[in-house]
Amino acid sequence: MAHATSRSDVPVVIDEEKCIDGCTLCVDMCPLDSLAINPDSGKAYMHVDECWYCGPCAARCPVDAVTVNIPYLLR
Amino acid sequence: MQIPEVSDRRHLECDVLVVGGGTAGTMAALTAASNGASVLIMEKAHVRHSGALAMGMDGVNNAVVPGKATPEDYVADITVANDGIVNQRTIYQTATRGFEMVQRLESYGVKFEKDEHDEYAVRKVHRSGSYVLPMPEGKEVKKVLYRELRSRNVRSHVTMTNRLMPVRILTVDGRAVGAVGFDTRTGEFVTVSAGAVILAAGAAGRLGLPASGYLYGTYENPTNAGDGYAMAYHAGAELSGIECFQINPLIKDYNGPACAYVANPFGGYQVNGEGNRFVDCDYWSGQMMAEVKRELESSRGPIYLKLSHLPDATISEIEGILHTTERPTRGTFHEGRGTNYRDRDIEMHISEIGLCSGHSASGVWVDEHARTTVPGLYAAGDMALVPHNYMIGAFVYGDIAGEDAATFARSASHPELPEDQIEAAHELIYRPASNPDGPPQPQVEYKLRRFVNDYLQPPKTERYLSLGVEAFERMRTDIAQMGARTPHELMRCAEVSFIRDCAEMAARSSLERTESRWGLYHARDDIPQQDDASWFCHLNLSKDPATAGMTFARRPVAPYIVPVPGFVRPDGVPDALAPQGVELAEAWR
Repeated sequence: MAHATSRSDVPVVIDEEKCIDGCTLCVDMCPLDSLAINPDSGKAYMHVDECWYCGPCAARCPVDAVTVNIPYLLR
Repeated sequence: MQIPEVSDRRHLECDVLVVGGGTAGTMAALTAASNGASVLIMEKAHVRHSGALAMGMDGVNNAVVPGKATPEDYVADITVANDGIVNQRTIYQTATRGFEMVQRLESYGVKFEKDEHDEYAVRKVHRSGSYVLPMPEGKEVKKVLYRELRSRNVRSHVTMTNRLMPVRILTVDGRAVGAVGFDTRTGEFVTVSAGAVILAAGAAGRLGLPASGYLYGTYENPTNAGDGYAMAYHAGAELSGIECFQINPLIKDYNGPACAYVANPFGGYQVNGEGNRFVDCDYWSGQMMAEVKRELESSRGPIYLKLSHLPDATISEIEGILHTTERPTRGTFHEGRGTNYRDRDIEMHISEIGLCSGHSASGVWVDEHARTTVPGLYAAGDMALVPHNYMIGAFVYGDIAGEDAATFARSASHPELPEDQIEAAHELIYRPASNPDGPPQPQVEYKLRRFVNDYLQPPKTERYLSLGVEAFERMRTDIAQMGARTPHELMRCAEVSFIRDCAEMAARSSLERTESRWGLYHARDDIPQQDDASWFCHLNLSKDPATAGMTFARRPVAPYIVPVPGFVRPDGVPDALAPQGVELAEAWR
């Protein structure tokens, strides 16, 4: 089967300046398990475009590094 | 990824296994634990923010508070809203035990709105009674439950797992004895042996495709993909009313509640494009949804939630609720569209279809003890057929299931788990990993759910429903070829199989009931009449052990235990006496 990589505008954005190394709160809380820690940077990021724009990731972040945007198709 | 051998698995044991740590599941676990059972919660998300209450709830829709309403009023209201096809004994439990539940939640720290006389500030949304009770700090409700589960007395009895997803209930001689699943992060294979199993896995909310086309932009939490419906079906349990779809009036595109229940008491209401009211009762019923759809498709459309006539302070108060709880990104959405409630009313639309007994009446058949038709298997919450049961009903049935399951488990054996079922579940979980180049889940799921929209969205007809059945049968092949590369993708692939099962159940049930009923929920354009002579009955679906296909049975509507003023039973069955003694919860004796 052929594959293609295509860009996707993902709703959850992490401010890497603020995001704390070693913290996994947003990753732990996401109901869809859509966040992960980037092994290169040690910061959280959205690894799949699966989002209910519900907000525990942002609500639980101790340093306000997480922004939940409305998914592009709904915006 | 490496596929584990069938024998290479983690094995867990408990008295009571709770599938899903949401509203009903957390309450079931608390009650089962307080009855001395060792409890295991299998949760595929994280208990702290899982299920329909991921970010809390703005209020309860169905609290029958002594002095404010009576259980009889509530049961009669829900009976009428369901065209009479209800088991009143199940509703009566929610009616009579709901108030104790409100008090229990208060003892945990949940706050309910009270008036200046320190009385519960219930509001009227239903046709006759007042049962809607705001929760001013409702965003904390799951936090409170989570804290309770981790309290000193409870935590020694309850094991909470996160990111552990069951895919099948195991049965021995027709009794539920455990479950099989996997860790959605590590891919580890897991079996559980249990004395009793409580399914509390939520609605089938990822069934229809939202108009936005975004797979996860559903009304329900998209993790509620119908897992419980599919697991109950494959375990041999009866499901009922699957043809009675859930469809809701929502904020267009955002797909969250607008919400009339919140806004109405403040003076908000729904209007059509001409600025006129068009429903006489804001209670969400199939009849109301038919009226909404008619309005949307007429020259009077679209429809709006009207708030712009309200004073600024009132609007701020409504915003304070809508933008902080249940779906707190509503504010972000409106900001992006430039919608300020003060000068622009909120455009509304109807949701995609789903199955959910919390809102309508489609779920796993349960009696008033939350028992399914499979011994040792219980169901509670959105997936259990107690009509319009909402959050209080989920808590009440979680409590009932927790108690009954703990008793059942006390004398239940733990037989050797059935290896053939474990192997079949292993195949279901890991097959996509053995074919990593197969079509990816997002494409397969999109196609499947587009067919759901094409063929199942009311108004239904025999021809479209039959094409739906064909499409869902065909999708079995697509699903068998689906590819996955990570445990996370395996989770989504397993969910697609649940969605397919639910779609087929929805299509076949809708074909079977050859009449129209429940307003839009089961509107058959080819048979527009309600046929009480043939269809004043429950339609129950189960897996035929001989053919492994779907089979149907009609269940008569049990005698009413509460008279329903103005409603004449078409089958003429006389009412039975109201329940007494132990059947009646403490507050009402």
